[in-house]
Amino acid sequence: MYVYDEFDRAFLAERTAEFRDQVGRRLSGALSEDEFKPLRLMNGVYLQLHAYMLRIAIPYGTLSATQLRRMAHVARRYDRGYGHFTTRQNIQFNWISLQDLPDAMASLAEVGVHGIQTSGNCIRNVTTDQWAGATPEECDDPRIWAEILRQYSTLHPEFTYLPRKFKIAITAADKDRAAVKVHDVGLRLHRNEAGELGFEVLVGGGLGRTPFVGKSIRKFLPARHLLSYIEAIMRVYNQFGRRDNIYKARIKILVHEIGAETFAAAVEKEWEAIRDGALHLSDEIIADIRARFLYPAYETLADQPAELTEALKDPAFATWHRNSVTTHKQPGYAIVTVSLKPVGAPPGDATADQMEVVADLAERYGFNEIRVGHEQNLCLPNIAQKDLPALWRALEAAGLATPNVNLVNDIIACPGLDYCALANARAIPVAQEIAKRFADLEKARGVGRLHINISGCINACGHHHVGHIGILGVEKNGQEFYQITLGGRADEHAQLGTLLGPAVSYEQVPGLIEDVVDTYMELRSGPQELFVDTVARLGIEPFKERVYAAH
Amino acid sequence: MPLIENGHPVEDRFIRVGDDEALPDGAAVLIGVDRFLKEAEALRGRQAPVGIIWPNNRPIGEIEPFLGQLSLIALVFPSFRDGRAYSQARLLRERLGWKGPLRAIGNVLRDQFLLMARSGFDQIEPAKEADAAAVDEAMETYTVFYQPTADGRPSLLRQRLGRVAAQE
Repeated sequence: MYVYDEFDRAFLAERTAEFRDQVGRRLSGALSEDEFKPLRLMNGVYLQLHAYMLRIAIPYGTLSATQLRRMAHVARRYDRGYGHFTTRQNIQFNWISLQDLPDAMASLAEVGVHGIQTSGNCIRNVTTDQWAGATPEECDDPRIWAEILRQYSTLHPEFTYLPRKFKIAITAADKDRAAVKVHDVGLRLHRNEAGELGFEVLVGGGLGRTPFVGKSIRKFLPARHLLSYIEAIMRVYNQFGRRDNIYKARIKILVHEIGAETFAAAVEKEWEAIRDGALHLSDEIIADIRARFLYPAYETLADQPAELTEALKDPAFATWHRNSVTTHKQPGYAIVTVSLKPVGAPPGDATADQMEVVADLAERYGFNEIRVGHEQNLCLPNIAQKDLPALWRALEAAGLATPNVNLVNDIIACPGLDYCALANARAIPVAQEIAKRFADLEKARGVGRLHINISGCINACGHHHVGHIGILGVEKNGQEFYQITLGGRADEHAQLGTLLGPAVSYEQVPGLIEDVVDTYMELRSGPQELFVDTVARLGIEPFKERVYAAH
Repeated sequence: MPLIENGHPVEDRFIRVGDDEALPDGAAVLIGVDRFLKEAEALRGRQAPVGIIWPNNRPIGEIEPFLGQLSLIALVFPSFRDGRAYSQARLLRERLGWKGPLRAIGNVLRDQFLLMARSGFDQIEPAKEADAAAVDEAMETYTVFYQPTADGRPSLLRQRLGRVAAQE
């Protein structure tokens, strides 16, 4: 965990006071709604279909038990008893009334949690690998660098009124769990041949109505130059990004229109002028931030303890263990993914009771730490293997041990027309219906890793372009229709899915998805060939023929 | 509308003159960029101060050859949501070495005063009377700042380090 100090707390108190004053001026009429809107958005307050929505940042996906418990309290006291975890390491409360907002925010601020820069045309919550600090795959803890960026970007005077929102993601592992190639800036932390830490810098990735995979503009940026290089990118974007059309204002359009090489040249030129200035990260500064991350006091334990070996004789536990438990860098420990995708429930929702259960379990077994991943699941990153059986029983009792992580019913979905003012179609009920078709987890396991992503409009909050199967809701003559894409992926081999064919009606979607999956099962070279690899090998034609013949 | 300079109301001694109006003799004038560029040679010999309104869609680097003959630079916020002039301000201060007055004009609102000051503006022309009266409050909204800019305020990265050093 990163420990806030008196500076962070002073800043947060000042921010809370500022927003209270702004709300007061809005109510008195001193601020028009037009003037107030960007201010509330930059504090995470949206106006949704039915109510105000409060989006809270979970910086780099790390939460303490105390913080999660406070979120449960807010869900129960000010909302309808649940919260919704998003694809960007945020949590949203969808039913808070305007008059309760300042109190809910103050309650969260007491535990260092806030909605600052979770919306608005500014640098958003920096996201990273939910296994950071725990996985043996990483070359460094990416949260150190996410925290440096969080501090740098918080109320940045130059970059608070950008052309459009700006999202940065970092991975420090070769297996990219942070989807860095579909962010405005993606940072791949790695070591060069000399063993020095640095970043590959990608720009101009993103989804929405004009999706792009990010372009690499620098293969290796020494880590000490991170802030000056980001500042150079932001400065070029802030001056030259389009402001005439909201749909063309993201950095991806600028990079696309002038070309990645021209963009990179402009960034390098700007960077040359500032690289050794005030933003240079000295070893002392990096060490200071690094020292503020506290790591668990791991015990010396062996892998595969007797408690675990014994429990694995229970097939139900063994199934969950195979699906939801991952290798930890520390012997005798494990990383546990907590599925928020029980079959038939809205993806990413957690009730206040469930949040409290996870907070309790994190305290009892997990050094107080909880993570949130972009797949809308939770994670307990530091669990002793000997405690896994007891942890599983407690999760199971709370409906949090569905062994479907990465399976066909571990669906990513945006809130869609059930909540969102922008949506054209429902997303959550589509996810629920598909999940039911694969409710037999034996069958789902047979299918293997398959990511279904659903968005209720072209803004693509459900990341449909990079789903192995992507589902996009559109509106045609007042009716909900859905476009299906195949073969997208958000990992280190990121690519956008290919359109399968004409859009189908709401009722047809679950059957069509079943047909796609059946086709894959017939065509795959063997159980080791994942869905996305079969699509890559054969293209979409065989799927298209089969599916549209049936419908 | 009062002009604010370094947090205090001051009288605006510059007269804003349109592109086809005659320049008043001996008075400080603030003129648009097109007129300035067209008359730059003639203006070089002018005995009274000249200020320029530089639009936010023109690269600020192009102003460099003229800095020596300018007494004021005004940067424009057509809407408070259009933040291009923040970058222009920092480049003027930190890259081009502009030490003279730098004025924010246009849709200039109190919730952005502090951002402007941090970006290098020392003069603010508020769009609303009530905002001008609240300038002290607006400037004191925050006492801690995370990132360094050229406004001279210490940033948290450095403060933290200083604190660690002091404890040792």
